[in-house]
Amino acid sequence: MLDDFFIRALIAGVGVALTAGPLGCFVVWRRMAYFGDTMAHSALLGVALSLFFEVNLLISVFGVAVLVSAMLLLLQRRQSLSADALLGILSHSALAIGLVLVAFMTWVRIDLIAFLFGDILAVTPADIALIWGGGAVVVAAIVWLWRPLVASTVSEDVAEAEGMNPARTKLFFMLLMALVIAIAMKIVGIMLITALLIIPAATARRFSASPEWMAVFASLIGAAAVIGGLFGSLTYDTPSGPSIVVAALLFFILSLVPAFGRTTSERPANKGVRG
Amino acid sequence: MLMNSRASSAPGKQAGEAETLVSLENAGIRRDGRWLVRGVDFSIARGEVVTLIGPNGAGKSTTAKMAIGVLKTDEGKITRAKSLRIGYVPQKLAIDWTMPLTVRRLMTLTGPLNEAETTSALEATGIPHLAGSEVRHLSGGEFQRALLARAIARKPDLMVLDEPVQGVDFAGEAALYDLIRTIRNATGCGILMISHDLHMVMAGTDTVICLNGHVCCRGTPEVVSQSSDYAKLFGGNARALAVYNHHHDHTHLPDGRVRHADGSITEHCHPDDGHHHGDQGHDHHRHDDHAHHHHGAHEGEGSRHA
Repeated sequence: MLDDFFIRALIAGVGVALTAGPLGCFVVWRRMAYFGDTMAHSALLGVALSLFFEVNLLISVFGVAVLVSAMLLLLQRRQSLSADALLGILSHSALAIGLVLVAFMTWVRIDLIAFLFGDILAVTPADIALIWGGGAVVVAAIVWLWRPLVASTVSEDVAEAEGMNPARTKLFFMLLMALVIAIAMKIVGIMLITALLIIPAATARRFSASPEWMAVFASLIGAAAVIGGLFGSLTYDTPSGPSIVVAALLFFILSLVPAFGRTTSERPANKGVRG
Repeated sequence: MLMNSRASSAPGKQAGEAETLVSLENAGIRRDGRWLVRGVDFSIARGEVVTLIGPNGAGKSTTAKMAIGVLKTDEGKITRAKSLRIGYVPQKLAIDWTMPLTVRRLMTLTGPLNEAETTSALEATGIPHLAGSEVRHLSGGEFQRALLARAIARKPDLMVLDEPVQGVDFAGEAALYDLIRTIRNATGCGILMISHDLHMVMAGTDTVICLNGHVCCRGTPEVVSQSSDYAKLFGGNARALAVYNHHHDHTHLPDGRVRHADGSITEHCHPDDGHHHGDQGHDHHRHDDHAHHHHGAHEGEGSRHA
């Protein structure tokens, strides 16, 4: 069954979506969409460095993503520029440097479009092992860190005062983001990884009564978007990443239709009941 | 009621030899070359209520965060009892509305609770009916009650309450201060409270620490309210007001109309007039020492450079 490239792509894509769901919720709750984008864009620099130094692609992409996020945190601490401006600088510089480096390396032949927008044809059985293995690590880490992650998202001060370690939690979160970007790159492509993190989470918001359910729904909605998008990609011969994102967007738009979205979370508030 | 402040805060509540939960020695925090607070010295014992008062920017929240280890000191030393369990109600808490968080889920933010513990804490703060409501739909006062319930339910050794009753209506305010005292009496926890709402807070307090970048004065509410540093910090009327300190920018005329600071006269006073509490603004005129109201005297919070 794994001989079929399309089945491979489906298995890999669903693995990525299940992993991205819970992490995407935190990206939304912590308002880190642009931050995720910056890390993802730096992945191309990781690709270029991996080709140049002939090191493993995954390790190189992961390393660069971690480095860029560390640099961002350091720059933020100096408070010379707003976080927004810093993200804009780092995000596009990392992407541009990656593109320039790739262009310099005339001796390697590289399918830039596949890296930027994903390529279902490129998924190998080894990639599947990597995605599901890496994904299992990420999901296990999120389950293990769940309470401190939620608590420090609500308030770092409260988490710290009540015996948690938000700084360490944040560090783990960065590492998990970098790992997801490294494993998701092949399916959705560098430009669109953040979309796979954010859109399913945003869609899940309407149907969720707790952070836990939102994480689960985000995974399921993401998986559905991957399946829909890959079928579309196959049918219309479109790049896999954009097709998945379009499918996710359709789910999001559907969730905005009032008839679908009315749940416990949308119940009128119990305002004015108290005497 | 807490309003009869002098009687309820009589000496005898002093913690004496009770176990010290936190002690600060010469503690200070510096940011961008400026000391936010410096030379802060105090300790909180089990069963003791310590209140930090002071004008805006006096470093009250900074001091509290320093005491519980959220901010690291740049100078001095902080000693906390081993495995000290803290319940913290911060001054501000902005929850992104994209997180679906019910009051019940908020209760277990930093540690597990069973249903009974959750319910009894919510009942204590008067919001059991809101357990299933989303936090973002709560009013300011309801949210404060939820935060207070969360801190209580943890059964902490030390509760740190940074303006715990902000946005709570006037009747509720007194009830919550009562509740805080009841919890102290029942559990023997220590309480570090921050307020600039002097007339309410000083009542239920063992030790008042008057802060303005440094400790200006300290002691029982009686001692502090008589000290000259306190008078300097909160204006000349503060001493005469004793443990009450009340400021208005408008005067209630005998016929029920209201004269404002700018001289205009209206039928009623408005919610944004000076120091009214919620929509029950006029309740505070039932104070027994009514004579001490100095309408129009606008001092206190504004006089930090006195």
